[in-house]
Amino acid sequence: MYSSEITQASNFVKGVDTAFLVILGISFFFLISITIVMLIFIYKYNRKRNPKATQIEGNTKLEVVWVVIPFLITLLMFYYGWAGWKPMTQVPDDAMEITVYGRMWNFMFEYENGKMVDTLYLPINQPVKLNLVAMDVLHSLYIPAFRVKQDMVPGKKNNFMWFEPQREGTYEIFCAEYCGLEHSYMYSYAKVMEDSAFQAWVADTTLVTREVESPTATGRRIMQNIGCFACHSVDGSKLVGPSFQGIWESERTVVTGGSARQVIADEEYIHRSIMDPNADVVEGFGRGLMLSYKGMLTEEDIEYIIEYLQTLN
Amino acid sequence: MSSIAIENEANYLKYKGRYKGLLGWILSTDHKRIGLLYLYSMAVMFLIGAGLGLAMRFELLAPGKTVMDAQAYNATFTVHGVIMIFMVVIPGLPAVFGNFFLPLMIGAKDVAFPRLNLLSWWFFIIGIFLVLSALLFGSGTPDTGWTFYAPYSFRTGTNLLPAIFGAFVLGFSSILTGLNFLVTIHRMRCPGMKWTKMPLFVWTLYGTAWIQLLATPVVGITLVLVALERLFSVGIFDPALGGDPILYQHLFWIYSHPAVYVMILPALGVISEIIPTFSQKHIFGYKAIIASTMAIAFVGYLVWGHHMFTAGMSGTAQYYFSLLTFLVAVPSAIKVFNWISTMYKGSINLQTPFLWAVSFIFVFMIGGLSGLVLGALAANIHVHDTAFVVAHFHYIVFGGTGFAFLGAIHYWFPKIYGRMYDKSWANIGWAVFFIGFLTLYTPMFYLGLMGQPRRYYDYLAEFHGGNILATIGSWILATGIIIIFANLIRSASRGEKAVMDPWHSKTLEWTVPSPPPVENFDEIPVLEESDGPYNYK
Repeated sequence: MYSSEITQASNFVKGVDTAFLVILGISFFFLISITIVMLIFIYKYNRKRNPKATQIEGNTKLEVVWVVIPFLITLLMFYYGWAGWKPMTQVPDDAMEITVYGRMWNFMFEYENGKMVDTLYLPINQPVKLNLVAMDVLHSLYIPAFRVKQDMVPGKKNNFMWFEPQREGTYEIFCAEYCGLEHSYMYSYAKVMEDSAFQAWVADTTLVTREVESPTATGRRIMQNIGCFACHSVDGSKLVGPSFQGIWESERTVVTGGSARQVIADEEYIHRSIMDPNADVVEGFGRGLMLSYKGMLTEEDIEYIIEYLQTLN
Repeated sequence: MSSIAIENEANYLKYKGRYKGLLGWILSTDHKRIGLLYLYSMAVMFLIGAGLGLAMRFELLAPGKTVMDAQAYNATFTVHGVIMIFMVVIPGLPAVFGNFFLPLMIGAKDVAFPRLNLLSWWFFIIGIFLVLSALLFGSGTPDTGWTFYAPYSFRTGTNLLPAIFGAFVLGFSSILTGLNFLVTIHRMRCPGMKWTKMPLFVWTLYGTAWIQLLATPVVGITLVLVALERLFSVGIFDPALGGDPILYQHLFWIYSHPAVYVMILPALGVISEIIPTFSQKHIFGYKAIIASTMAIAFVGYLVWGHHMFTAGMSGTAQYYFSLLTFLVAVPSAIKVFNWISTMYKGSINLQTPFLWAVSFIFVFMIGGLSGLVLGALAANIHVHDTAFVVAHFHYIVFGGTGFAFLGAIHYWFPKIYGRMYDKSWANIGWAVFFIGFLTLYTPMFYLGLMGQPRRYYDYLAEFHGGNILATIGSWILATGIIIIFANLIRSASRGEKAVMDPWHSKTLEWTVPSPPPVENFDEIPVLEESDGPYNYK
């Protein structure tokens, strides 16, 4: 945990860890001393050594002491907890803004220039404000090394957190609020880098939206980035949603408005399944589990996805 | 003392009323039989819940899939939570020992409304079957966690409605029991038993009953709203319909935080009975303990927001809830100091119930002190929704209420069954259980501080060590549970006969034969000025 020798991962580590040290220190002191006193009493006043109990009904002075002292100690603890937390609510004006999308079950990070990735790249010593957008259910963005956590609440305005990374490195990001099947796989990484390296990286907007390898590889990467494979396998195994294996131009039974019908999985069908996923739900799967990707994918992205899906036959 | 012949004929276990056999139990309005009905149904539910807990721990023995897939794991922790919270720990001490001993301890023949009391048990059983039906029928076992948080509880395709309706019915059982105890305590104390002569267990039942009566309806209404939302999409909690998921959290915790005090207050009462008895000494600071009981019951209503420090409440709400949370620590600390002072210059008889009480104080301190970490805003942000919270509440709920429950059963067993358990096996069971408990839950504090979130089916390699240790602890704990259960079950029918007052206690339940007669007291006792629940002079 905390050490004053090394630079900490974020500006909040010191305040949070001080609260931990104060509270845990006092707690251990009381736990150990009360336990020892209790064991001494149990030994010393065992009925073999002390066959006759001395009746004492109370002692007002003593009782006042042990009301007042714990009260003052808890106020002290409250203070340290408050002092370490207060700066988390005050975002500096020069903070760089990044929008975080949370959905079942991955995080996406969108930079001010529109660049969207699944890993949080950060410049060192630059305050960062994360605007949190939950697309479906509650999530919680938690970076243990930074000592920050904030729930992502669907529909909530002004849902944000901020911090200033202060040490280069790669840190885990977890989803801390239970969000369903793949909750424990909803994690990513924060990569803190030199400012110059970050600027070069963020300026390169070709990485995700443009084709870099083949069209099929691009399609696959887009799907990976938006988390399709959390629910849809490519090897035929049944997850939350139907597998992509052999999907292209296959005949499928879907439920549309309560009644089953046969459709061919063509371009139009795949497009509709991504943009309006609950219009036709493959028979045997739950309605309402997938939400629309409208606004997250371009027409071009969907073409790449279809290119990739064709290779799974 | 009444003669042995009458004792055998008229004790409540052998009594033959209008119905025979099983019907004589499930239709009995005798508070003692109802107490045992709760005990047996809860013991079954506890074993199921503990089995699910063991399965979860086994899954977490190694990263990746060990024995079950993620859906099964999520369903397992949901059902484990629902069973343990709603069917074991919340009814727990009041329903079993409150029912059995409240009338005996205040010198009454029964509770105020015996038939309502039986109805409460039936609601309890119906609630259990409704919840279990969600497991066996429909579109899959619920996987929302026991908190049913919105909006996931509207998204999941699993069979949630019967579970919610079951929890609603269980709530009625709790409300009616609370109401019954309140009236009993107000109206049925024997002559001479002033409020300041009531045993402390009765005082804690009194505080608990108020919480049951006033807080439970909130969760009932909330669960109805969730059901309406799922059925008719009314739009109260679901943001997709314009609702507010944070509102759900507020309503849920307005009940579920005081519910923690429903679980722990009677436990504090049990410990306040056991310690004076086995120290043969007057309880230290009787009035301070009562005041702290009522303070906890009252302030407990006002701290629910500390479950929501990362949910995005306003800054003012954050300070307020944090400060009040720290205030709850003070009355809890007072009790610990009073118990230990009761041991001072006592004449301590180191029997099994006392061992449970002492280990209770130890784990309750750890649970309470880790609660201070969670009450502090800065520290909470880091460990909220991590394994640290899981460790904390298992220390309070299982360590606190569970240890007190086991202490209570070893304390009152000779009165309930008229037989004594095997004391050396009882001590072995206690030691194994205690070691298993510490090994199981202590590593979770560490895992949470390192950042492992809770409700994780799978985890990264760095969390492996702590998880192995916790799983080994679960096996030791299970061994302890088996020893304790086996010893008690065997002794209930084959143990040595117990005398009327084996521990030399001063409360009224020890003045009647073991097991007690059907109507408890042949003549309603009358307390003199010099009598008192802890008068060992």
